[in-house]
Amino acid sequence: MASALVNVPAKAKRGAVIEIKTLMSHIMETGYRRTAAGELVPRDIITSLTCRFNGAEIFRADLFPAIAANPFLSFFTVATESGNFEFEWIGDNGFVATASAAISVE
Amino acid sequence: MSGWRAILAVAVAAVIAALPAHAAEIPTDARRSGTTFMSSETKAMQDDDSANPGMLSVLDGEALWNAKAGDAGKACADCHGDGSVSMTGVAARYPALDPALGRPVDLEGRINLCRTRHQQASPFGNESRELLALSAFIGRQSRGQPITAGDDPALAPSVARGHDLFMQRQGQLDLACANCHDDNWDKHLAGSAITQGQPTGYPVYRLEWQSMGSLSRRIRGCMTGVRAQAYDFGSPDMVALELYLMSRAKGMAMETPAVRP
Repeated sequence: MASALVNVPAKAKRGAVIEIKTLMSHIMETGYRRTAAGELVPRDIITSLTCRFNGAEIFRADLFPAIAANPFLSFFTVATESGNFEFEWIGDNGFVATASAAISVE
Repeated sequence: MSGWRAILAVAVAAVIAALPAHAAEIPTDARRSGTTFMSSETKAMQDDDSANPGMLSVLDGEALWNAKAGDAGKACADCHGDGSVSMTGVAARYPALDPALGRPVDLEGRINLCRTRHQQASPFGNESRELLALSAFIGRQSRGQPITAGDDPALAPSVARGHDLFMQRQGQLDLACANCHDDNWDKHLAGSAITQGQPTGYPVYRLEWQSMGSLSRRIRGCMTGVRAQAYDFGSPDMVALELYLMSRAKGMAMETPAVRP
């Protein structure tokens, strides 16, 4: 059950710098840990987060095994026009999760 | 626990054990939530619902609340309605008496009793994602509410039992809960604040665990730390200790889902 929390301001003035915060539910298993029996726990991480605004990519991050569970990423952008942010997380074992958020720019 | 930490813990424990136990309870106005011992970064994470990983569990719990389960085909919502209304203040009064069992149960125990009795479903495992999600969702509805657990006079024997357990030295390090959490909460153990052990925010998202965890899990961690045999999840002694801790924090505000280091 993947769930994401995305925080985008609902309104912004044109040209304003806005912060976008994302929190994704994921165990981020490093692939380096072993069970009590000595067997390697297979790697299971998110490998990338992409954010598109009205279809155009505005932010992308690659994630690696040293990143904590439930990765929280925030970034800044400039509010240019009203529209829709679309977020996509991609990871190991075919993991794909999406979220979206709308902003109205005045 | 790494070697140096174990050695340090033993050394500190030896110092603490040599001190007389004050057996002095913390005055009501000197009680402090674990939040007040945290770094500003961890506090900021707890206070921002879009940065608090515990809120992911709350979201999961809300979905489970509305999902039909078991042979009865009933969801929590079918009996209890809108959880954000019906569950206000509920977590703040747990552990509470279960009349059929004749003893108190904690919130996790109550959820599993509801599953077996009313949903005719199998109980969730201890510390399972589902059980933590539902208790986080229910706990979230009490955020900001004062803790009232232990108000029921019928619970007095369990509160007293919990108090005895809190005061009782145990384990190879021969430490009682009170030796740290009543007598030395203003000091540090290794690099970490000892804190008063006020259970205001459970289930919590603990950064060390990288996951949610219940009060039982936290207590079991402490007990393993003093090399004692940890109480089983849901056992009468575990629930009595949880009940005493909640009654000791009576009137303090609930913070579920809290973040802890």
